[in-house]
Amino acid sequence: MKALVAVKRVVDYNVKVRAKADGTDVDLNNVKMAINPFCEIAVEEAVRLKEAGTVTEIVAVSVGESSCQEQIRTALALGADRGVHVEVEGRPEPLAIAKLLKGVFDQESPDLVIMGKQSIDGDNNQTGQMLGALTGMGQGTFASEVKIGEGTVEVVREVDGGLQTVSLTLPAIITTDLRLNEPRYASLPNIMKAKKKPLETLTPEQLSVAVQSHVTQVGVAPPPERAAGIKVEDVSQLVDKLKNEAKVI
Amino acid sequence: MKTLVIAEHDNASLKAATLNAVAAAGELGGDVDILVAGAGCGAAADAAAQVPGVAKVICADNAAYEHQLAENVSLLVAELGADYDNLLAPSTANGKNIMPRVAALLDVGQISDILSVESADTFTRPIYAGNVIATVQSADPKKVITVRTTAFDAVPAEGGSATVEACSAAHDAGVSQFIREEVAVSDRPELTSASVVISGGRGMQNGDNFSLLEGIADKLNAAIGASRAAVDAGFVPNDYQVGQTGKIVAPDLYIAVGISGAIQHLAGMKDSKVIVAINKDEDAPIFQVADYGLVADLFEALPELEAAI
Repeated sequence: MKALVAVKRVVDYNVKVRAKADGTDVDLNNVKMAINPFCEIAVEEAVRLKEAGTVTEIVAVSVGESSCQEQIRTALALGADRGVHVEVEGRPEPLAIAKLLKGVFDQESPDLVIMGKQSIDGDNNQTGQMLGALTGMGQGTFASEVKIGEGTVEVVREVDGGLQTVSLTLPAIITTDLRLNEPRYASLPNIMKAKKKPLETLTPEQLSVAVQSHVTQVGVAPPPERAAGIKVEDVSQLVDKLKNEAKVI
Repeated sequence: MKTLVIAEHDNASLKAATLNAVAAAGELGGDVDILVAGAGCGAAADAAAQVPGVAKVICADNAAYEHQLAENVSLLVAELGADYDNLLAPSTANGKNIMPRVAALLDVGQISDILSVESADTFTRPIYAGNVIATVQSADPKKVITVRTTAFDAVPAEGGSATVEACSAAHDAGVSQFIREEVAVSDRPELTSASVVISGGRGMQNGDNFSLLEGIADKLNAAIGASRAAVDAGFVPNDYQVGQTGKIVAPDLYIAVGISGAIQHLAGMKDSKVIVAINKDEDAPIFQVADYGLVADLFEALPELEAAI
């Protein structure tokens, strides 16, 4: 069974991103970049399925500028077998990424696609579902458990009220939630080995996809600040403030 | 201008999130219709018809839609979408699951989690875990949108009299099947619509200690939430999680207990009207957003608080 895992290069989750003073865009000068945490969970899940003998080959794909090859190498160091880089300048939108991933999907014919439920930059939570629609695949979004069966996959999903289990016909797409697994760290020997693993670069033209923009960012702003509050001395002062000042209890 | 709102419901009743999405639809102007897609969902459709300002309720009652499987419902919404300029759903697990699929079927972009309607094609939405608010403009003729429910005041649940129209379109993509659901049953209000929320974090130390929150929650008719750290540690189930990747809440009163205040937690609760933080670490970042901070050992403060209210 072949697994296709999509990974995205994003600002490291420890970086507190701010809007530029002129409001044109976020300030991403000299910030640390990393693999999107949800994508890391996706890679880990594929590697675990390979270790369990279910998956035989893992292909890691990323859509973006040439720098995103770093994140493909990270996926290779974690255990993916080979990489595919779809080279696109700028910031492609979820629908364009989904179309490009469909191009790779058609070329690779994987049995399973695993990707993060959202990236921590745009916070869109769209690409996996869109790829599902474009390919007609069933989707197990916000997955917290994945069990491969005969021609099917059972996915436990984190939903508003608790957990929902669905069964999907393979090939299917899974988008990862936080508690699916805890990703490992890449070992130094594996990081070295990853440098020699094959990495193919494709263009949108080769995949017959026209990269289009549907939604433009007009500007950015910091969120409204909360006014600083006060420290109360004890519980009785707290209750007094809530009753008589805030009037919420 | 015509807008279709995809209802959040459980077949028997309409969920409050629908009322926030209808409010956002109202800001777009023009006619607002509601789609109730489910099985045996007549009661939810009747409830939707009571929502003021709604012109028509489309009731698609079919076994294929019973569990809101995205593969099936998205085909239905994409088909009905032909008659509408905007398709809106609340940013619930269902809305997030279904709407991007609809957008891709219609070959348009999707705008996630809008906070405001600036004009018919321009919206604001949070990016980078809410650290930045982006203003975005859609170039698509048809807009597919999910709505952050806490950003729009709910319209009333009653007072309207829309017509209910049955829709017989049956779409079963045949690639997914519902197996089971483990849903926590609670007498407490729903986390996302409660007017008071009390949440515990890693400082609670274990799941049993969440009982310290229960007595207070009972007295205040509050919902109980948790930080990601508490959920990851297995203290409480995932549906308690408040934060960027969990539930977004904005109650009148939010009490954070033993929660340090990681960015991703703040993103889920910082729009609450009044925030109280109880933490023994006086440098915890949660105090920077709290209206009232109490530096104290929660194991002493919680019983005192329960007795005092």
